[in-house]
Amino acid sequence: MQQYLEKATSFFEIPIDMRSRFIIILAAAMLIPSFFTPLWVMTMYSNQFPDGLVLNIFSYKLEGGKTPNQDDLKEINSLNHYIGMRPLIDDDFTEFKWIPFVIGGTILLALRVVVLGKMSKLVDLFVMFSYFGLFSLWSFYYKMYIYGHELDPTAAIKVPPFTPPMFGHQTMANFEVYNYPSTGSFFISVMPLLLLVAMWLSRKAWLAKQK
Amino acid sequence: MKQKMSALLFIVIAIAMLIGCGDDKKGRAGARSDVQEAAQKTYVAPGDLDEYYVFKSGGHSGQVYVYGIPSMRHISTIPVFTPYPATGYGFDKESKEMLGGFTWGDAHHPSISETDGDYDGRWLFISDNANNRMARIDLRDFKTKEIFGPIPNVSGNHCSSFVTENTEYVLAGSRFSIPLPRGRYEKIEDYATKFNGVVAGINVDKNSGKMTLGWQVLMPPFNYDLGDAGKGPSKEWGFWTCYNSERAIGKLEVTSTQKDRDYVVAVNWKNAEKAISNGKFKMIGGVKVIDPKDVNDVVFLLPAAKSPHGVDISPDGKYIIASGKLQSITTVFSFEKMLTAIAQKNFSGNEDGINVLNYDAVKDAEVNVGLGPLHTQFDDQGYAYTSLFVESAVAKWKLGSWEVVDKIPVAYNIGHLTAAEGDTKHPDGKYLIALNKLSHGRHLSVGPSQPEASQLIDISGEKMGLLYDAFTEPEPHYAQIIKADKLKPIEVYPKEENKHPKAIWDLKDSKVVRNGKNVEIYAIAVRSSFEPTKIEVNKGDKVTIYMTNIEQTTDELHGFGLNEYNINVVIDPGETKVIEFIADKAGVFPFYCTNFCSALHQEMQGYMLVK
Repeated sequence: MQQYLEKATSFFEIPIDMRSRFIIILAAAMLIPSFFTPLWVMTMYSNQFPDGLVLNIFSYKLEGGKTPNQDDLKEINSLNHYIGMRPLIDDDFTEFKWIPFVIGGTILLALRVVVLGKMSKLVDLFVMFSYFGLFSLWSFYYKMYIYGHELDPTAAIKVPPFTPPMFGHQTMANFEVYNYPSTGSFFISVMPLLLLVAMWLSRKAWLAKQK
Repeated sequence: MKQKMSALLFIVIAIAMLIGCGDDKKGRAGARSDVQEAAQKTYVAPGDLDEYYVFKSGGHSGQVYVYGIPSMRHISTIPVFTPYPATGYGFDKESKEMLGGFTWGDAHHPSISETDGDYDGRWLFISDNANNRMARIDLRDFKTKEIFGPIPNVSGNHCSSFVTENTEYVLAGSRFSIPLPRGRYEKIEDYATKFNGVVAGINVDKNSGKMTLGWQVLMPPFNYDLGDAGKGPSKEWGFWTCYNSERAIGKLEVTSTQKDRDYVVAVNWKNAEKAISNGKFKMIGGVKVIDPKDVNDVVFLLPAAKSPHGVDISPDGKYIIASGKLQSITTVFSFEKMLTAIAQKNFSGNEDGINVLNYDAVKDAEVNVGLGPLHTQFDDQGYAYTSLFVESAVAKWKLGSWEVVDKIPVAYNIGHLTAAEGDTKHPDGKYLIALNKLSHGRHLSVGPSQPEASQLIDISGEKMGLLYDAFTEPEPHYAQIIKADKLKPIEVYPKEENKHPKAIWDLKDSKVVRNGKNVEIYAIAVRSSFEPTKIEVNKGDKVTIYMTNIEQTTDELHGFGLNEYNINVVIDPGETKVIEFIADKAGVFPFYCTNFCSALHQEMQGYMLVK
């Protein structure tokens, strides 16, 4: 036990080598696209909408697909009001305030790791960001649960409470709903993987030096 | 000799009528097609789109009908001169004002706006023969945006609405000469001396399309029938045909057909502009009118075979083709020879100050097309197609060699014809539609009120081939065929573009403002309710409803029908309409959405309560 703790402590003391510092910068850069690309995309197909109604969920806003002949977000809200779902509006999503804030903060912390160059700081960053990621997913899932369950009891059409799928496909009334993570999320999930790579490379370099 | 000719003509017409009235099989034998080939060429599978739009004038229905080619399916009706509850046209304040109190018009000749002599797809103009107006439809949303007129001095705006090469002007003119200015009494016996016609160019604003009075030319009391604008070398000219150069009254059928020749009128509109800027005009009816006696370079007459109907300019602008409906020839004038004759003062007469050009000096050819030629269209291979009313056929002939190469029978009695972009500098060829006056026996019987017939003809090959019969409400006088990809209509009015001062977009902003006897209601229509659902007024109040459809999705129209108040307005997505009326009946009146919108459309209703 004692031996294991000592080993762990010495692991936290490992300096981050140059190559890994570049990888951490790259990892931080992976968060930038999340300001420009959607994290999640929900597409709803029906007979009337063969091209689908598209809802792009960004880290800071909702954006419906928009053509000269159709505003998807407006249309989704128009349709949802029949089942008593509250309208999807940016102001109801506290996530749109704290997610960009946390992402910005994470980028700064990543730069801090690059400067201080210590394994413990890198582990902090990794753990914190993983927690943030998982919490965001839960928050997103819970939001969908709330929207699908807190339906206005006076709605014209009564549907049993539901939760839209996080990943994949579900049939809801006359709509085929597909919900998948999108570009922004892919970049975001690459970020912790790069941190792991940086940890592994630094440890490997350190072990080589010990010999 | 003349009597013999008329007798012969009578027999020919009688035979034509007899063939038309004969039993079904005989009639159909006249215009059949290779079934398989025609079916393949016209079948547009469900969900597929047509290749061309056709805009057909609706004649005395006052509307414009939109069809697709090659399917010949009726897609939509654009109301122009007549109220149309289906789209709420003529019920809201704006369209009501545009109609100016008239409840019908005689929609005659449609013209798509042009740039460099080709359709630019911006606007469609159409003339009103009954109330002397000109309408402009915006092809961005297929809506009538402007009705100009009644145009002063113009009486019976038939020889209209042909546009000049860059839509500088839309042509107009008088079919029925009257004492000018309008509103003056003269004895009909003084027709020859105290009545006048005019030919005119209505100015079109380059950017907005808005029409204003351009120039007018005072004309002898003939009947100005049809027209066309020049193109290419002749682009500064407008041309019109006329009948009744006899200046006769009474039964024109007889009195106006005594002379062997009537005229084609040629007006140089550049010189007309100059004459006006040089002050050579009279003010008649508030318009600057040029009297031909005061100018010598504005207007000329070309003698044409008697009672000509159509005049059409060839795609290269070099030929002026006039068809004399009472003869079997189409006369081709050379524009170049016309200019030479004018320069050499080669005149053969004068009508009220207008020089008549020497026929032999300006004529290029007399094409023996067949009986009763009316109108000519063009393809991309240098051929012309002339409709033959009496013969019920279309003749195809070559420009330059003037030989008739093919003829196809149609059912029956063709008036106008229209080819794909067939009156532009660059016709497409491919398709031609015969717009026939009589359809009897070629459709399920619908009683005495018979539709008109439109026949799609394939003109891509050497021989013309009949492809399809379609039927149209009265009465397509002319039509325009434009390639579908030249139009990019919107289907939703974007919220950002709605600048209506009374528009509201949030249900919370709905309100009722009372000011004495004036009640203003700011209302919203959205699936599936009105806001407000209750309108409470006193008998005698003037009610104004500003209704905004806040939808932003294609096809989500809402109607507002008010029972027993004779009101039905349809509001398109993103549009605001104004409904204005006096609540002159007490009681409780339901209002409801008339344009089916959603699963809860039936529930989209409310009450107007009048105390």
